[in-house]
Amino acid sequence: MALSAKEVLKVGTLSRIRLTGEEVEKFSLQLSAILEYVDKLRELDTRGVEPLAHALALHNVLRDDEPHAGLTTDQALGGAPESDGDFFRVPRVLDEGASA
Amino acid sequence: MALTDLTACEMRQAVLERRLSAREAADACLAAIHRLDTKVKAFLSVAPENARRRAAEIDRRLAAGENVGLLAGIPVAVKDNMCTADGQPTTCASRILGNWRAPYDAHVVQRLTAEGAVIVGKTNLDEFAMGSSTENSAYGATRNPWALDRVPGGSSGGSAAAVAARMVPIALGSDTGGSIRQPAALCGVVGMKPTYGRVSRYGLVAFASSLDQIGPFGRTVADAALLLQATAGHDPRDSTSVPKPVPDYLASLEDPVLPLKIGVPREFFGEGLDPEVGKRVREALAVYERLGARLVEIALPHSTDYAIATYYIVATSEASSNLARYDGVHYGYRSSDHTDMIDMYMRSRAQGFGDEVKRRIMLGTYALSSGYYDAYYKKALAVRRLIRRDFEQAFQEVDCIMGPTSPTPAFCMGERTADPLSMYLSDVYTVSANLAAIAGISIPCGFTAAGLPVGLQIITDVFSEDRLLRIARMYEREADWAQQAPPLAKEAV
Repeated sequence: MALSAKEVLKVGTLSRIRLTGEEVEKFSLQLSAILEYVDKLRELDTRGVEPLAHALALHNVLRDDEPHAGLTTDQALGGAPESDGDFFRVPRVLDEGASA
Repeated sequence: MALTDLTACEMRQAVLERRLSAREAADACLAAIHRLDTKVKAFLSVAPENARRRAAEIDRRLAAGENVGLLAGIPVAVKDNMCTADGQPTTCASRILGNWRAPYDAHVVQRLTAEGAVIVGKTNLDEFAMGSSTENSAYGATRNPWALDRVPGGSSGGSAAAVAARMVPIALGSDTGGSIRQPAALCGVVGMKPTYGRVSRYGLVAFASSLDQIGPFGRTVADAALLLQATAGHDPRDSTSVPKPVPDYLASLEDPVLPLKIGVPREFFGEGLDPEVGKRVREALAVYERLGARLVEIALPHSTDYAIATYYIVATSEASSNLARYDGVHYGYRSSDHTDMIDMYMRSRAQGFGDEVKRRIMLGTYALSSGYYDAYYKKALAVRRLIRRDFEQAFQEVDCIMGPTSPTPAFCMGERTADPLSMYLSDVYTVSANLAAIAGISIPCGFTAAGLPVGLQIITDVFSEDRLLRIARMYEREADWAQQAPPLAKEAV
């Protein structure tokens, strides 16, 4: 299956990756080649085969709901590109005039 | 003989008997790194002060008669996708993590520390462990110590090269589709992917969570066993780590597994296999036959081409979700020029990720996107079950499966970078073990005429690492390739 430039741009947006025109062209060719290879899977009849998300039979693991130490605020914010007091700082999300 | 020629087991004995101090061992490795790593580029960061301080502490504790643990005074390298709170960066060889310092130690790093190991540095990898050559690193490629114009394999190429060049006796890597076994084969060392769930992934930066597994590199099977012993076991912080007791791998290592029925999958000897690699692997199989093993041809019909196709859907889908966390908000790199929040995400990720990571995130996003989910992701999961069934059936008949680890010896730098698919096919014999969650090891089985190492892959069923190591040891006792060092490691000691 071939991925058009338009589809690559759309996947880039879904992936939150800004692509240059050159990249769109390159990734369109490369991803199409990979998808063409992956299309081999269509040769296999998988009707009635239960999908396997995890190869070990693992079950939900529960523990008692007891408080225990985690990262401190300083540790959690330590790697942030921008922080403000106890908060991560991000670019403005709402317009000046927007009501909350 | 130089100190760096000692195996980890020999070093351990010498340290415990006080013939060698932890400080001397650390200094020897740091000197080897200083001498060789400008050429090999296996390390992203080296921590001489930390290592010397730590070694001195081990020596003090030994002098005081304290129990110093399984890895007392042994220098170890750690792949740089495992968190260390020692002040060293954890980069995953990506720009997007920037200067990030982890606020906590990975479980395996805590285990190394508890067992007295001395972590000397963190090794290079393909960005976020995505690749098979260690060329996809934002900080430059690692080179193969046997031939500096060739790749060491990947993604744990830094750890494999560091052990092969005798800069450290043992190192940790991670294996999502072959990332320990393939570089072990290309660098002529032992590398093992344990069963999924055998070693905790807590603090391993996630790539594909249902496939990722941490494992050991060493020059000998015993050294790999030693490092696995120190790191395996249940950890409640990784809910996929399995609460099964860890056997004493070293105690049983010298016991051969006999009778031994070896499954030889015809699919692992088909088109694409380099004839010299095939020849070395068949010679190794003949050694097992001579030792009394029986070879049985088996079929793993879904475990080569179909496994690669399955892997590149499953792994990329999981990656697209795992790598959503790099958003320029919580840690790492943020683009300085942006118009709004979404634009900030998109520019930060565009500037922070390399091409291979972008390709895989996009491929996974596509496979999971509306309209394609059934055709790609669900289909791949169904084939994953067929792959698992192939192995279940095989293990009813045979004790282990053997074949080449990699279809070719180390390839030239740049040879496969322009064609991602050709790079993906480097893992054609290794990905199926990850998809099936079973254990695999690569051990050296000779060289090509050009002097490049060849690896034999041995695969066993889940939680049978003890038998896997014993089977590997049977061959190693007959053909001790570990005695050979790359010429570069012997220069001007």
